[in-house]
Amino acid sequence: MAKMSLEDLRKMREATQQQIKKRETDGKTAQIIVGMGTCGIAAGAKATLDAFVKELDEKGMGGEVVIRQTGCMGLCNNEPTVEVVVPGMPSIIYGGVNAAVAKGIVEKHLMKKELLNDRIIDRPAVDLLKK
Amino acid sequence: MAYTHYILVCGGTGCESSNADGIYNNLLAEAKAAGVTDKVQIVKTGCFGFCEKGPIVKVLPEDSFYVEVKPEDAKEIINEQIVKGREVTRLLYNKEKRSIEDVEEIEFYQKQLRIVLRNCGVINPESIEEYIARDGYLALERSLYELTPQQIIDEVKASGLRGRGGAGFPTGMKWEAGLKAQGDVKYVVCNADEGDPGAYMDRSTIEGDPHSVIEAMTICGKAIGAHLGFVYIRAEYPLAVDRLKIAMNQAREYGLLGKNILGSGFDFDIEIRLGAGAFVCGEETALLRSIEGKRGMPTPKPPFPAQSGLWGKPTIINNVETWANIPVILTKGPEWFTKIGTADSKGTKVFALTGKVKNSGLVEVPMGTTLREIVFEIGGGIKNGKKFKGVQTGGPSGGIITEEALDTPIDFGALTRLGSMMGSGGMIVMDEDDCVVDVSKFYMEFCVDESCGKCSPCRIGTRQIHAILDKISKGKGTMDDLEKMKEIGFAMQKSSLCALGQSAPNPTLSTIKKFEKEYIEHIVDHKCAAGKCKHLLQFIINDKCIGCGACARKCPATCISGEKKSKHVIDQTKCLKCGECFNTCKFGAIDKK
Amino acid sequence: MINVKINGKAVQVPEGTTILAAAKQANVKIPSLCYNADLPAWASCGICIVRLEGTARMIRACCTKVTEGMSVITHDPEIVKARRTVLELILSNHPQECLTCTRNNQCELQSLAADFGLRQIRFEHFIIDRPVDNSNDAIVFDRNKCINCGRCVEVCQEMQKVNAIEYQGRGGKTVIGPAALADLADSPCVRCGQCALHCPVGAIYENHSTRKVWDKLADGSIVGVAQIAPAVRVALGEEFGLEPGVISTKKIYAALRRIGFKYVFDTNFSADLTIMEEGTELIGRLLKGKGEIPLFTSCCPAWVDYAEKNCHDLLPNVSTAKSPQQMMGAMIKTYWAQKTGIEPSKIFSVSIMPCTAKKYERKRNDDMRSSGFDDVDSVLTTRELARFIKQAGIDFNDLPEEEADNPLGPYTGAGTIFGATGGVMEAALRTAYAVITGKELGDINFTPARGLKDVKEAKVDVNGTEVRIAVVHQLGNVEPVIEAVRAAKAAKKEPPYHFIEVMACRGGCIAGGGQPYGATDEVRAKRIAGLYTDDAKSEIRVSHKNPYVQALYTEYLKEPNSEKAHHLLHTHYVERPLYK
Repeated sequence: MAKMSLEDLRKMREATQQQIKKRETDGKTAQIIVGMGTCGIAAGAKATLDAFVKELDEKGMGGEVVIRQTGCMGLCNNEPTVEVVVPGMPSIIYGGVNAAVAKGIVEKHLMKKELLNDRIIDRPAVDLLKK
Repeated sequence: MAYTHYILVCGGTGCESSNADGIYNNLLAEAKAAGVTDKVQIVKTGCFGFCEKGPIVKVLPEDSFYVEVKPEDAKEIINEQIVKGREVTRLLYNKEKRSIEDVEEIEFYQKQLRIVLRNCGVINPESIEEYIARDGYLALERSLYELTPQQIIDEVKASGLRGRGGAGFPTGMKWEAGLKAQGDVKYVVCNADEGDPGAYMDRSTIEGDPHSVIEAMTICGKAIGAHLGFVYIRAEYPLAVDRLKIAMNQAREYGLLGKNILGSGFDFDIEIRLGAGAFVCGEETALLRSIEGKRGMPTPKPPFPAQSGLWGKPTIINNVETWANIPVILTKGPEWFTKIGTADSKGTKVFALTGKVKNSGLVEVPMGTTLREIVFEIGGGIKNGKKFKGVQTGGPSGGIITEEALDTPIDFGALTRLGSMMGSGGMIVMDEDDCVVDVSKFYMEFCVDESCGKCSPCRIGTRQIHAILDKISKGKGTMDDLEKMKEIGFAMQKSSLCALGQSAPNPTLSTIKKFEKEYIEHIVDHKCAAGKCKHLLQFIINDKCIGCGACARKCPATCISGEKKSKHVIDQTKCLKCGECFNTCKFGAIDKK
Repeated sequence: MINVKINGKAVQVPEGTTILAAAKQANVKIPSLCYNADLPAWASCGICIVRLEGTARMIRACCTKVTEGMSVITHDPEIVKARRTVLELILSNHPQECLTCTRNNQCELQSLAADFGLRQIRFEHFIIDRPVDNSNDAIVFDRNKCINCGRCVEVCQEMQKVNAIEYQGRGGKTVIGPAALADLADSPCVRCGQCALHCPVGAIYENHSTRKVWDKLADGSIVGVAQIAPAVRVALGEEFGLEPGVISTKKIYAALRRIGFKYVFDTNFSADLTIMEEGTELIGRLLKGKGEIPLFTSCCPAWVDYAEKNCHDLLPNVSTAKSPQQMMGAMIKTYWAQKTGIEPSKIFSVSIMPCTAKKYERKRNDDMRSSGFDDVDSVLTTRELARFIKQAGIDFNDLPEEEADNPLGPYTGAGTIFGATGGVMEAALRTAYAVITGKELGDINFTPARGLKDVKEAKVDVNGTEVRIAVVHQLGNVEPVIEAVRAAKAAKKEPPYHFIEVMACRGGCIAGGGQPYGATDEVRAKRIAGLYTDDAKSEIRVSHKNPYVQALYTEYLKEPNSEKAHHLLHTHYVERPLYK
C-alpha cells in the first residue's frame, strides 16, 4: 500500500465503485450490514454480528452473503439495527436484532426470501450520491 | 420462491387499535381467494410512526403508502395492485401519481436528507476504500489540483454554510479571515468535544465516517496555509477515537495525509488530543488553551482564533458537523447546497432527537423543516399516548419551545427568535410528566458542575440559581425568587466571559416565561402537576377507603387518623411523603398527586 | 491615534489602548475588580462591562482594545444593574468579616461595595470551606476570602515564572495552591510575596509578626533594636498620604523610637558592609581564581531560594555573602553587643523590610545563628510597620526628624540604592573599581545599571580587562540569563557575564512583597527615583569610604573575607527539591 498519486486515487475509486456495482447488479451476493456505532454496540451489535457469522457458516452460505459493519444508522432507539440487501427484494432495515432474530433473518429473509414480521423499521434513507 | 410483492401492514399500537389485525387477516384471505399467495408476502411490521393516519398499509416494490385503511379495502388492494398491478389511488396518502423515485414523507428516513451522515450506516468506517468509492477525497483532489486557496474559500462562502457547533458563524468568512491573517504558522482544529447532555451527533459522525473530517481539515489547511491540524475529542468517546486513529493511519499509508499529499507538494498532518472531562473545553478558546497544555478556561474575544488562536497563531476551529459538510460542498458545488435550507440557514442540520418520542435517534433534515415534522412525523410522536409539553433545543444553552411554535421552520434565526438556540443539535422532547422546574434544575446543576470557575457571574450565578430552583422544587420558594432568578440570569447573560455562562440561564428563563403558571403552582400551591418534584407529592385518601387502618399503622409520622370502618384522612402538614401508606393500601384508596 | 467616543465625549488614544484606559482619559471611571494595571487583563470578574452604543451585548472594558470610531456607553441603567448583581453574587460568596480582616480599609472589594452603595445581599450566603495554608513563615493563603480574580496565579506563573501555584478543581470548588494542594512550604514557592502584593482582598497576606514584636517591646528587660531596609524609606510614607518616592527616613527613625525600640540602626550600613565582603569576593574570583565566575549576588532571599530549588549546578556561583539584613543582625549581637556591654540574649533584633521572603531568610539555616542566637529575631514588612505606627497612636506626618544611632546607622549613597534594581551592581562597581584600579569610577552614576529594562547589560573597562555585568529583576526574566551562563559553560566558552545581580521583584526591593499596595511601573519609577535622590544627596557615595564600616574592620573584623568575617557574614547553600 504505497502512497498514491492523483492517478492512483482515481483508479482506485473507479475500481472500488465497479466492485460495489457488481455486488449490487450481479444478483449473486446478498449483504447484511450491521450498525456498529456505540449505540449499536451498547445494545449488543457485536453479538448480533457473531450470530450472523455463525448462522451463515452453519448453513454454508458464507460464499454468497457479505457481512459488513457500518456506523450509526440513526435509529438509535431500535438498536441493534441491521440492513438486509437481497437482490430482487426491497432493502429493509430491521430493528432490535438479537441473536435469535439474526437466525430468523438468515432462515426467512435470506433463504426463503420472506420478510420478518414485527421487526421491520424502515427502508434505508435516500442515498445522497444517487440524488 | 420469489415474491413479486410485499404488503407491510403496520402493527403498531395505534394501528392495532384501529383493527390492523382485521386488515391483515382479510388480506391473507383475499390473497388466497385470488390465488396469489405465492406472489405476495403479507407481513405485520413495527410502527411506521405516522400514527395520525393509521391504519397504514405499505406495498412494495411500488412504495405505495395507503392510509386509513379498513379491512374491507383488502379485496381491492389484492385485486387491483397485486393481480392487476394498479395502485388503489383513493387510499394513497398522496393522491397524485408519483414515480418510484419520489419518496414518501412519512417514515423515519424518508423526510431526512442525509448529507453529513451520507456515509453513516452505509460504509464500513474502517475501510478507506469504501470512503473513496463514494466520492471520498474527490474534494481534496479539486482543492489540490484545480482550485486556488481563494477559490476554495469562495466556494465555501458561496455555499452559505454556517458553523454547526452552536454559534452559526459563516464558515467561509471564518476561513477567509484565516487566510488573510498574518502568521508564520497556522493551525486547523476540529472541535469534537461534544458536551451537551443528550447530544451525540459528532460522535456518530466520527464513528461512522471519520474520513470526512480528515479530508475537510486537509482542504482547510490548503485554503489557509496551515500544515498541522488537531482533533480535540472527548476521551469519553473511545470508539470514535479508535476509528479516527485507524482512518488517519490509512490515509497516511495512502499518501492522503502527511507529506506531499497526492504528489501535490502540500504537507498536512493531524494529531489527536483527548479531552479530560470538562464541558467547558468545548468552548473554542478554552479548547485551544487546553491543547496548549494550560487549564481549560476561556480567554476574552477579541482576539478571535482566526487572528490569534493556538500559541497566538491564526487558527481555524470548526465543529465536526461543519467539517463533514465541506467535502460535499466541494464535490456537488455550492449552488446545490444553497438550494437546501432557508434564506438564513443553508444545508441540513443533524439533530439528536431524544426524550419522550417514539423514534429517538439521529435525524438529519434540511433547514426549514418544522419542529412538528421532526417530532411527530420522523419522531413518531409522543410515547405512550402522552401529551406534548415542549421541546428543548440546544442542550443546557437552549430554551424550551412550546406547542404554538411547532410549525416554525427551523433555522438559526427562527430558534433564536423563539427564545432558544440551535446549539449543537440536541433536541429533547418533553411530555406532561416532565416538570419544567425539575428540568431547569437538572440543566443548572450541570452548569454548576461544569462552570470552569474563572468568572464570577457564572461560577456564583449558576450556584445561586440552582439553589433557588432547589428551594422551589421543595415547596420553599417565594414569589420574589422568580425575580431574583431573572436578575441573576440577566447579569449572567451580559457579563459572563464565555457562552457557557451567557447561556446557562436560558432553560430557566425560557421556562419561567412560557410556564410561569407551573412555577407559581410550585411556589404558592406547593404542587407539582407533573408529579416529578418528590417533596411536593401529596398522598390523599379517596372514597375507596374502607377504614381498615392498615396505612395508619404503617405511617412513620403517625399522621393518618380515622374511625374504624370509616374513611381515614392524612394530615398533610405532618406527612413525610415516604409513600408507605400508598404501598400498603390494598384497595387503591390512596392517590399520589 | 484612534478616535473613540466615551459616553459621547470624543477622545484620541494610541492604538492598542483598552476601553478602560481610554475611558480614564475621558475622565470616566469604569469600575473594575480583577483588573490590575501591573498585569495583563485576566478578564474574569465581570464588573467592568460596558456596551457599544446601540447594541445589546456587553463587553469587558479591561481587555477590549478600541477601534476607530468606537462609541462606548459605560453607564446606563441596564449596565449598572448587571454590575450590581455581579457584585452581589461575589459578596454572597465572600466571608463577611471585614472588621477583623487584615485588609480592613485597604480592600478593593470593600471599596467597590462602598462605591456601589449596596445595602443588602439578596442571595443565599455561602462559603465553600477551603483549607488555610500558613505552612511557610512568610505568606499565608486564607482561601475562604479568595474571589478568584486570578492575579496571584498570573503573577506566579507569568511574571515570576516560579509556577508554585495554579487553579485546581473546577467551578465553585476551585482552589488555588501548589500542585495537589501541597503546603506552600513544600512547594516551589520562593516566598517573594508578589501574590500577596497583588491580591485585592485578604486572601493572601504576610505572616504577621506584629503581635510578637508588640509583646517583646513591652517587656522592660528586653532591648529592642530595629534596622530599616533601603526600600522602606521611599514607600512607607504612602501609607500616610505621601507620594511614592518621598524620602521619610528620619521620621521613620523617630517613629521606631516612639514605638519602643531603644536603638535604631539602618540596613544601608550593612549594605555598605555587604559591598566590602562581596566586592572582595568578586575581586578574588575575577582576578585571583578564588572561585566560580560568574558571580551572582545573594542579598535577595527569594532569588537564593529559587537558586537552591532550580539551579543546583550554579550554587557554587552564588556569592557566599549574607544579605545586609543578616549581616546587620550578626553585627548587632556580636560587635555592637560587645561594644556596649549589652547581653546579646537580651537583645530583640527586628528588621523592617519591604520583603516577605526575609521572614524565611532569618531562619534559613544555622548560619543565621552565627552570633549564637537568632541573628534577627523578627521581620516586619513595611505594611506591618505602618499598622504598628497607627496602633501606637503616632501621627506620622507630625513626627520630628531624627538621626539613626551609631555605629550601625550611618550609610553612604551606595548603600541606599540597594533597594532599586541595579543598585547592588552599581554600589559594587563603585567600590570594586576603586579597589582594583586605585581610581574612582569615572561617572559615579553608573546609569547602565539603572531603569526597568528586564535585563540590563554593560561592559566596564577595569584596567584593560573587560568586565561584563548583567542586572536582572523580576524572577520571570532570570531563565534566559541562566541558560546563557550554562550554555557558555557547556561549550567551554568565556562566560557571558562576570557579575550578575538578581532581584526577584520587578523594580527591585522597592516593589517587594511587603511594600504598600498598588505597585505599577509608574510607582516603581517614583520610588526608585527617590532612592537615587537619597544617593545623590549623600555626603559619601562609596561604601569603602563609610568611616563606621572602616572602624568595624579595624576594631573587629580585621579585613573583608577574614575568618571572623566568614563566620559571621557569610553563608552556604544546599540543594533543595521543588516539592517535598
